Amino acid sequence: MEGNIGELGQYIGVGLTAIGMGGAAIGVGNVAGNFLSGALRNPSAAASQTATLFIGMAFAEALGIFSFLVALLLMFAV
Amino acid sequence: MISLLQEAVTVTADHTESLASSVAYGETETATGLPQLDLSTFGNQIFWLVVAMVVLYWVVAKIALPRIGAVLSDRQGAMTGDLMAAEEFKLKAKEAEAAYDKALADARAEAGKIVAANRAEIQKELDAAIAHADAEISARTAESEKRIREIRGSADTDAREVARDVTAELVRSFGGTVDQAAVDQAVDNRMKGALQ
Amino acid sequence: MAIEAQGEATGLSFHPMEQFIVRPLFGDGPVHWYTPSNVTLWLFAIVLATLALLVLGTRGRAIVPSRSQSIAEMAYGMVHKMVADIAGKDGLKYFPYVMTLFMFIVFANFLGLLPMAFTVTSHIAVTGVLALSVFLTVTAIGFIKNGAHFLDLFWVRSAPLAIRPVLAVIEVISYFVRPVSHSIRLAGNMIAGHAVIKVFAGFAAIAAVAPVAIVAVVGMYAFEILVAFIQAYVFTILTCVYLKDALHPSH
Repeated sequence: MEGNIGELGQYIGVGLTAIGMGGAAIGVGNVAGNFLSGALRNPSAAASQTATLFIGMAFAEALGIFSFLVALLLMFAV
Repeated sequence: MISLLQEAVTVTADHTESLASSVAYGETETATGLPQLDLSTFGNQIFWLVVAMVVLYWVVAKIALPRIGAVLSDRQGAMTGDLMAAEEFKLKAKEAEAAYDKALADARAEAGKIVAANRAEIQKELDAAIAHADAEISARTAESEKRIREIRGSADTDAREVARDVTAELVRSFGGTVDQAAVDQAVDNRMKGALQ
Repeated sequence: MAIEAQGEATGLSFHPMEQFIVRPLFGDGPVHWYTPSNVTLWLFAIVLATLALLVLGTRGRAIVPSRSQSIAEMAYGMVHKMVADIAGKDGLKYFPYVMTLFMFIVFANFLGLLPMAFTVTSHIAVTGVLALSVFLTVTAIGFIKNGAHFLDLFWVRSAPLAIRPVLAVIEVISYFVRPVSHSIRLAGNMIAGHAVIKVFAGFAAIAAVAPVAIVAVVGMYAFEILVAFIQAYVFTILTCVYLKDALHPSH
């Protein structure tokens, strides 16, 4: 544990990068929440839009996965 | 990036103490690495992936999907066939019902006809009998009337005979001469209206 | 207490990434491109599982399906509907390809969830090849079907002329990022889920938090089952979306 300032910086960087996944979480929650409020207003249209819901969630999630990937790279590959 | 990955490859190793013998790379004991970035295994993974995907594609496209598609279309066909058969049966049932109704109506009409015919026949017989009876009655009546008339006629002439005889006798007993013609005349005059 | 915790803590061993190591199936030694490895084993487990479900499961060809046959039919119906709804009727020509991808990924994810299993789709090499093959196929289809007209995908005619070049740059970039996000999404989800389960499992070594850790592992496992299916679904649906872009490039 003692010593290496570079390692300290690395771990701090990993932690900061992991915050990025929170953004993805907010994004996915936003997608799901808006879908739900729309679906409750017009339930008959909801079933036809689940594919769109998953596509939207996938796009929102992908960016969080990118930050996860950066965290992994920082953690293991640097 | 590539150099970074390669560096990762050379440094890679997990905590190898627990899998002591099986680690084929990175003998360093502290360094950690992401197995996903170990470029030395990429060729192996890609080769076997391509083999597996080709086999899988062949299985799915040549065997599985045609079979499932055939089963699904068979079922669709069976379902539409059954529905059509059901529709046909329904139609047949309707036809049978119509035929039954028609038979019933026909039977009713026939029965009505028979009843009417019987009634007419009976009526005819009745009429004939009544006519016959009427004729007999009228014949008998006529005969009776005739006999009455005869009786009445004979009574008339008998009474006239008796009256003439009585008158002639009376005239004789009073000592008169009997003028037969005058007596007849007088009796007829008196009798006129009395015997009518 | 502190000392005990310290002692236990030093006994803790987190190896969340160890499960992803590719190693030869027989003996030790370097992993050459032809070496049968655990990747090979699980790839063929996937092929056999697909074979069992889609071929053995439907061998009855029954009008009233058995359990396995109705699962196979459900998968068929789901992917078929997905392709028909998103890519359109002319996309149905590529239905076997999409179905193969779906079955491969869904079985890779599910079999990877078995204890001691190796998750093929957690490797960027694997998902990268899958995503690249989709990308190249779709681009080839786009150019073959539409010729130069395919480039309309990048030239947004509904936008004002002035900003079209800017949009074109953005569209081109997003088009080429597609295989990256397509592959990283799947691999990243798998890595993350399995690593989290492993980390929680590592905490189970501490007696005080073991119940919590075990409950957390169970919860994560259930969540991972969901994720395993959703990621396969998402990969397939995005393939369909890309296919639609290739077949009908006009916005």
